[in-house]
Amino acid sequence: MIELKNITKKYGRRKALEDLTLSLPQGKIIGLVGENGSGKTTLLKLISGLVTPDSGRATFSGSRITRKVATNIAYMPDADLFYPYFTVGQLIEFYESQFIDFNPAKAKEIARFLNLSLDLKINNLSKGNRGRVKIAVTLGREADYYLLDEPFSGLDPMVRDDIAKGLIRFTDPERQTVLLSTHELKEVEPLLDEIVVLRGGRIIAHEAVDVIRDTYGKDATSWMVSLFREGS
Amino acid sequence: MMGIDFLPDKPIYQQLIDLIAGNIIRGTLNPGEKLPSVRDYAIEAGVNANTMQRVYKELEQMEITETKRGQGSFVTEDEVKIAMLRNEMKEQLVTSFIQSVEALGFTKSEILQHLQERGGKDD
Repeated sequence: MIELKNITKKYGRRKALEDLTLSLPQGKIIGLVGENGSGKTTLLKLISGLVTPDSGRATFSGSRITRKVATNIAYMPDADLFYPYFTVGQLIEFYESQFIDFNPAKAKEIARFLNLSLDLKINNLSKGNRGRVKIAVTLGREADYYLLDEPFSGLDPMVRDDIAKGLIRFTDPERQTVLLSTHELKEVEPLLDEIVVLRGGRIIAHEAVDVIRDTYGKDATSWMVSLFREGS
Repeated sequence: MMGIDFLPDKPIYQQLIDLIAGNIIRGTLNPGEKLPSVRDYAIEAGVNANTMQRVYKELEQMEITETKRGQGSFVTEDEVKIAMLRNEMKEQLVTSFIQSVEALGFTKSEILQHLQERGGKDD
């Protein structure tokens, strides 16, 4: 279980996250939505131990999150992160040397599932295939939490489809949690158990998808739009 | 994202239950037939595995499917159960039809006459 309590994070004078409290249980796929600049990336980095809060407490199974604790937490940034001269296979070897929980056999299986050939060079890959590679090496870790920053953004529908299938196929709903930020809520909703809505560094809603539909009789996108209307 | 377009105003698990129940009534899923594993069906439908787990659990509670230990889920072979499911879905369909019809102020006899004139498959 990851718990954030009264977290504030400032960049200069600007508050990226403000008095934010959030629990992320095990075994869920959770969507993180909100406008650009609402704090999504800062929140993901903070949970991965890449950013430290100015105040408040972030814990994983009771211990304060540091880079060391974050060995159980796999973070996938929005940006391309690779060494362009590596082949897919070499990248997998590199990840094996970097992460104690990395399972090369699993990464290769995911690569196969996504029709990626191991001897292709990263810099010769299409944007879509680079997106697939990122997912393969991230889910190749046997982590408790996967934090994915915009895994679907800028990719064509075929690739988004593959990545969604990979997420369902290669995460264990009993014990692993995925927290992913997205602007494509309509498309991603069927993948999600819960949705966290950020606005101006604060959480304005955190709800189960089934509850949204049961209680409000609308899908997540319309629900979110109505939240923003009420709040503004 | 994949195969299924879900309606906005109903929980996704509910729509999947209706879809599978519909396949059983239609006969595209036969009595005694094995369902895919939760994970495989989730991938195919493009939904969360927890959602699909809930679908399987509710189908079992409705006694439309049975889980055999170590073998997976199977459509019930109990014809009575399937007949009951068929009636239930018919009832639902007719209820929502009548509600729409009454909301627009059509009379029962007017609609009945129209249905008879219009005909349709009867085999």
